[in-house]
Amino acid sequence: MSQFLQVMLSGLATGSIYALVAIGFTLVWQAAQTVNFAQGEFVMLPAFFVLAAMKLLGMPFWSALLLGLAISLLVLGLLFKKLIVEPILPHGGITLIIATMALGILLKESVKEFYSAEAQPFPSLFPARHLDFHGAVLSLQDIFNLVLCLAIVVSLTLFLNRTRTGRCMQATAQNPAVAEILGVNVKRMILYTFLINAGLAAIASFLITPVYLAKFSNGESLGLIAFIAAIVGGFNQIRGALVGGLLIGVLDNLTATYVTAEYRAALPLVLLIAVILVRPQGLLGTKEGRAV
Amino acid sequence: MLRKTLWIATTALLSALGTAHAADTVKLGMVAELSGAGAPAGTNWRDGIKIAAEEINAEGGILGKKVQIDEYDTQTDPQVSRALVQKAIDGGAYVILGTIYSGSTMVNMLVAQQNSMPQFVGSESPAVVQKGNPFVFRTSSGAQKGVPALTAYFKDTLKAKTVGVAWVNNEFGKGGHTVFLKEMEKAGIKVIADVPSEQAQTDYAADVAKLKQAAPDAVFVYMNQEESARFLIEAKKQSLAMPLVGEVTLTEAKVIELAAGSAEGAIAHVGLTATATDVPGIAAFATKFEATFKRKPTHDAIKGYIGAWTTKYVTEMVGKFDGEAFSTRMHGLCLKVADHPKILMDTCWDDTGEMSRPSFMVQVKNGTPVVIGQVPAN
Repeated sequence: MSQFLQVMLSGLATGSIYALVAIGFTLVWQAAQTVNFAQGEFVMLPAFFVLAAMKLLGMPFWSALLLGLAISLLVLGLLFKKLIVEPILPHGGITLIIATMALGILLKESVKEFYSAEAQPFPSLFPARHLDFHGAVLSLQDIFNLVLCLAIVVSLTLFLNRTRTGRCMQATAQNPAVAEILGVNVKRMILYTFLINAGLAAIASFLITPVYLAKFSNGESLGLIAFIAAIVGGFNQIRGALVGGLLIGVLDNLTATYVTAEYRAALPLVLLIAVILVRPQGLLGTKEGRAV
Repeated sequence: MLRKTLWIATTALLSALGTAHAADTVKLGMVAELSGAGAPAGTNWRDGIKIAAEEINAEGGILGKKVQIDEYDTQTDPQVSRALVQKAIDGGAYVILGTIYSGSTMVNMLVAQQNSMPQFVGSESPAVVQKGNPFVFRTSSGAQKGVPALTAYFKDTLKAKTVGVAWVNNEFGKGGHTVFLKEMEKAGIKVIADVPSEQAQTDYAADVAKLKQAAPDAVFVYMNQEESARFLIEAKKQSLAMPLVGEVTLTEAKVIELAAGSAEGAIAHVGLTATATDVPGIAAFATKFEATFKRKPTHDAIKGYIGAWTTKYVTEMVGKFDGEAFSTRMHGLCLKVADHPKILMDTCWDDTGEMSRPSFMVQVKNGTPVVIGQVPAN
């Protein structure tokens, strides 16, 4: 029982971080109708902003974290939209997808070239303490990760559904032309979407890097798993991305513990095939319509 | 006419200079994991070689020729490593130094063999010296020698009746895992949890949970550096209480840096350690390495250093740059520190290229691996 609890909690904690990244996929899909294949690198990079701030500027960890978040919003939100998405989008979604693939390679290789090819330690946001629960020793880090991610997802959902700006973003996603006629500043709403995506990627980066270690190649597996999570949950729904992320996190751990460790990497792909065959729009996705 | 004459003269001059340069240098092909999962090992290997090359050149080079290190990055990809060994040979290398990862070495050593080229490797999989390749030589003992050195520690020091084993499912891990299981069977210690993981795996929650549930007296951890660090972080997170004992990598400087406090208390058998400062050569190397690269050397750095220096010693014994003669001389060779100080510790190679020398047991205390015992050469 204690093992099951431990594995479940770890799976949920990791899955919740996958969910943050997966939500980024759905947001960019809604805003630009494209898949950002650099999303994994968007999660890898903020940790290096923080490390660079600590190493080069001598900043304390928490200040470096804030600076890392700000740079992420600027580079992965504003500049990504202005320099990549806006100029390329008129040439078609496929072109933009290829551009994001190229961007992913550029970011990865740049970190390798200008920072380090070796993994780097990254401080944890939470204390390394434990909690005894029915015989299981539960890590506070896992609990905090899970709670923080869920709080972010709930807040984001409330923001999109209960605030005027959020509803304007929804309208922009559903039909930009009509939204503009109704007085919505479409460009600004799209910018907000990219900034939120950058913020989510940065938070995911700060939460997962203490365990995964900071490395230029981290985005490869993270990006793939989150992409699959978004499809499994439903590519056009935030709650779908949340469910997809949690599901993959938990199933991965359960499979490795109780079934096979050797083939655990295949699990997300098996899940993806199963969902595509049975419910192509994803577990919580809708067949049509675009809504953030 | 004048232009033509000048052109011929310039070409002749450049050719002569090029020939003179080639004649004055000997190339060592450093083929290693400078990026990818093996980068911590490969970069240390390279930097150890750089220090050796500098020292060798300061002492007049090899047979009067300056040493030139040509670097090739395998990206921790076996197929790339194979192509790069060929490229190093085509580029005029006299000896290949690398690779570290056994999976790569198993693939690329055939290329060196086909070209009768001596190759010093940092790999520790037993299979590397079991293929009958007369040109491959280790710079540290293989797992079939290193892992048995741990048996006495599990049996006599820890008095373990049951153990768990967490290992990385690659060529390196498989070799150590197989030897460990045999050793435990011989020692009458029961393996009650056998947990494989993948190279570059990032999430060890399930692995640690399985070991925790099995509750063995001790756990043998046999993984590469980054994986070891991630495992230790997760073990600490889940309060894995039993002793964690490894072979070589578990207490490496890079692992301690990555795992920070999570590495505290980890124990390992190491062929070489920069903290064995009572060995004069190792202390001097560690000081020079730290002054040059502003970080502590790992055992891979010492291995690379020894590989380069052995190249010099043996070539000068042979008296010429001849790969076949070099390899023949290496088999059954023992180098004593008294005669060859840069070998650091008395070292012998057998007919398969396997090597033996005294080794150490270390434990991480206050963030530093501290020598807690010495193991005689086996």
